[in-house]
Order: sequence, then C-alpha cells, then structure tokens
Amino acid sequence: MSKVDLLVVGAGPAGMAAAVTARRFGLDVLVVDDQPAPGGQIWRAVETVAASARGVILGDAYRDGKSAAEAFRASAAVYQPGSQLWQIEPGFRAFVTRDGKARSIEASAVILATGAQERPVPFPGWTLPGVLTVGAAQILLKSAGQVPAKPFWLAGSGPLALLYLTQLLRAGGQIAGYLDTTPPRRLGAALPHLPRALRAAGDLAKGLGWMMALRRRGVRIVKHVVDVEAIGSDKIEAIRYRTTGGEQRTVAAEILLVHEGIVPNIHASLALGCNVQWRDDQDCYVPILDPWGESSQANVFVAGDAAGIAGAKAAVIGGELAALRIAMKLKRAGEAKAIAAAKPLRHRLARERALRPFLEAMFRPRRQIFAPSDDTIVCRCEEVTARDIRAMAAIGRPGPNQVKAFTRAGMGPCQGRQCGYTVTHILAEAENRPAADVGFYRVRPPLKPVTLGELASLDQLETTP
Amino acid sequence: MFRKLHDAGVNGVTIYIDDAPIAAEAGESIAAVLLRQEEIWSRTTPATQAKRAPYCMMGVCFDCLAEVDGVASVQTCLTTVRDGMRVARQRGKRSLISKGSLIGKRSLGA
Repeated sequence: MSKVDLLVVGAGPAGMAAAVTARRFGLDVLVVDDQPAPGGQIWRAVETVAASARGVILGDAYRDGKSAAEAFRASAAVYQPGSQLWQIEPGFRAFVTRDGKARSIEASAVILATGAQERPVPFPGWTLPGVLTVGAAQILLKSAGQVPAKPFWLAGSGPLALLYLTQLLRAGGQIAGYLDTTPPRRLGAALPHLPRALRAAGDLAKGLGWMMALRRRGVRIVKHVVDVEAIGSDKIEAIRYRTTGGEQRTVAAEILLVHEGIVPNIHASLALGCNVQWRDDQDCYVPILDPWGESSQANVFVAGDAAGIAGAKAAVIGGELAALRIAMKLKRAGEAKAIAAAKPLRHRLARERALRPFLEAMFRPRRQIFAPSDDTIVCRCEEVTARDIRAMAAIGRPGPNQVKAFTRAGMGPCQGRQCGYTVTHILAEAENRPAADVGFYRVRPPLKPVTLGELASLDQLETTP
Repeated sequence: MFRKLHDAGVNGVTIYIDDAPIAAEAGESIAAVLLRQEEIWSRTTPATQAKRAPYCMMGVCFDCLAEVDGVASVQTCLTTVRDGMRVARQRGKRSLISKGSLIGKRSLGA
C-alpha cells in the first residue's frame, strides 16, 4: 500500500494538467490510467505519433498534446499506465489492478479525470462485427496508423464525425458515404447561440472547413437520415437506411462507423456517491461541482470531460483549477495566491465553453436513438432487447435497478456503460416521466472486472511487510 | 477489415492468433491487429454465441475480449502486442481454468 497527497485518475488533458499543477505546489501525486501512454483519447499515442507523417494527418489540435505530455513527464508525478481502477473507498483508499496484480493506494484528495465515452447508439445490428464507433476508428488511426481497407459508411452526427472523415481523406482512405443523422432545422435551433459561439470563432471556422472539405472532395452525403440498420449474420454485409423524406435504401457495407456525440464517464463519480444532475442539453448526467470542480463529496474533484463535455482546452483548465484548490486545502498554497491564480483560468474557461451551447443545439441527437425498435439489443453484454425492457415497464413502474435485477441488463462486464442511458430513456418514455426522474443504475464495485487471482494478490501485498 | 498506412519496419513483431503467425507492430493493440484479419471477430457471447469484434477501442464495451497467453477475458484494445504473444478468440464464457493449465479447459464445466 502506498500513500500520496493526490490521486489523479486518468492521464488525458485534465489529468496531466492537474498533476503538473499539483507538483508545482510540491504535492505527492500518483496518476493511474488504463491506457499504455499518456494523452487520453484525444491525444492517444501523441508522444510517438505527433512528429510522424500521421501527426500531419491528425492535425494541429492533436499535435498540441505533445507539449502537454512532455510537461507531464517532466513534472515527476508518479505515473502508472496500464492500471485499472476498480474501487475507491471514502477516506480515500483506491484499488487498482496492473499487470494482473491488485494494490491499494491511500490519498488525501482525488481528482477524477476519467474523460468521456461515445454515446451508445442502439439500432438493429449494432453488435455485428464491422460496426464500430467513429471514436474507435480514430483511435485506430492514431495508435495503429490504420484505416478501413475498403470504402466505408459513416452514420452519425457531430464534430467528431466530420473531423474523422477529414482526417481519413488526408490519410488516403475512401468513403462510401456519410449518412448524416442531424435532424432537419437544427441550424435554426442553434442560431440564437451564434453570437456567443463567435467568441470561439476559430473553432467554429474549423468545423465549417471540415464540411467544405467533404463537399469539395465529392463525398456522398445523405442528409436527414433517421433510421439505420446493419444487416448480416456473422458480420455486417449491408446497411438499410431511411431519411425523414421517406427515401429508403439498402447498400452493401463491410465497415459501418457510428457516432452521436459523447457523454461524460461518470461511473467513478457515481461509485463515490457524488451527487449528479441531469443535463437536458447534453442528454446525460453530470456531477454537481463547485467552481473549483469539487463534488458533493469533500476532497473528490472531477475535471475535464468527466465533469461535462467541453473539450480538451477546457479540460486542461479544469484540471489546473482542481489542483489549485487541493493545494490550498492541503495548506501548500496560500489562499490569496490560489484565488488570484484561478481568476484568469476561469476567464479562459468561459471562452472555451462559449461554443458549447451552439454545438449542443446543432447536434443534439435524434430522438430515435433513445427509442430503439423492440428487436434492438439494448444491453450488448447480456443481449437484452428493448422489448424485454418495455415488458418490465408494463408490469410496474420500475427504475433502472429493478430492470437490471429482472433482465440482467447492465450486469455484464461493461457495467451498464453501453446500455445505461438507453434503459433510462426507454423507462422514461414508457412511464411518461422525465429521464431526470428515472435515474441511472446504482454503480457498485468493482468498476472494472477483477479476478479472484488479482484479489488474492492484494491480500498478499497487504499482509507481507 | 482495416489496413495499415505504413510498414512496421524495424518495429515488426510476430503474434499468434488461433495459432497462425501474424505480423504486428510494437506498440499497437491486439484489437488493432484483429481488425486487420479476414475474420475480425474476437469472441462469441455467453448468451447466444453471437460473434463480436472490437467496437469502442477504449475499454468501455468489452466486445474485444479474447484469451491472451492463457488468460481469458483480456481487453485486447487495452493490451499492446508483444513478440510471440498467443491470442485465441474466446468462445462463450471465460472458464475458471485456462487452456494452458494442467486440469484442462472443460473439466470444471461451462
């Protein structure tokens, strides 16, 4: 067992920035992360890839990560990659598995910088081999330098979809077509947020540039796609899609990438009992935080996209603010100095967040993904369908935890990361109450699967001096 | 199926997927290598034996589970390749005893 001032969970933009700031105030910092190298998902493999030809394909926002990773390495924070966190007890005692061995860590404060995951998009056939998320394809480009071997289809909406398509064209990949699922008249809904979004005009222009690049290259774009289905027995063979205009087509496909935005990873926050609130504009739960990022649990902070989606630049600032406050609370930083240091950070944070309301209105996911057809698998792990969930809703007024007990939805290894929000939405619709009222699965340890062997290794470490 | 944009060159290693030797690059994940194969699937599900392949590539879907060097249910998207590594596509539930053990895979029942 080891003891540190600060445990940071996650080595993405927020986690790295938090560690660097905390080290500046002389705190003992341990950073655990499940990936093999620092950078999080946005800067995956950035240390080795930024300077290569692939770095040019991925663009400047990606290459920015290199200096962040260098500062993190230079900070002398203890960094343990390849580590899976599976439990945090109040006080704090965290349990982590690395290389098949478990260990516990005591910490005075915790920063959860666990990032985001792509919003689960259930539709018939989404479990077939060959259906991947856009984020998965982008990770393959970053970390393995690989692209779909043949022209592929992308169905979805949002900035990441456009960014990936642009990167893929730069890499010499081929696109069969982009099924744009952004509903009609979204620009009208987003326009009222435009004046504020202009504070982040650079990012706005970048997004428009991606769209223009796709048009210039003659990429086939089908607008207002409302239903998508993957067809095949052992793997995807075809896609059937339908537009709001009633156009319906079936096309051959070997790879289908899907994307409907990202949501915060809140499993660790929930497990620690941090209060969360429903965000209607982001269709997800976010932890309730004070202006420093401290949650309802004293000395538990949440920073970066895990606190609500705002992107990498905002994540860096969130990490810095949380570390400042912890340095203040542990009496390593003077209060006046820390408050003064936070002021310009908050100013920059407001600017970084200026584009969000526009993006959220523009790319709010179509309602269909929250109301999958009866035959659609909702829980990928236990293969529970939307019909099974609705049957439960019909016999009572269950919440997600009753549905979990009755159907096993959410009981598999992913612990509800792929079905949680769908179950919440299906129950909300069936029981005619808001999603905020339905709630989410109760998250229990272990947060990630842990073997008996790993638990036994923990016992040995604890008892032998 | 996916293809690599570059040649692995000096970083080339060999791993074995269901006993077949496969070229890979140091630093990449096992899941990335699986996705370059004719058969991209990594496991079958415990509930209906349906085939699954890597889906999220960031450790949150658990569809890329496979048996790696005798250890079942390894998240192959979080595990980087090592020269000589043996990967077996996983069929159904993990068993308590791995293929490599003395007792044998099926003796404890599924």
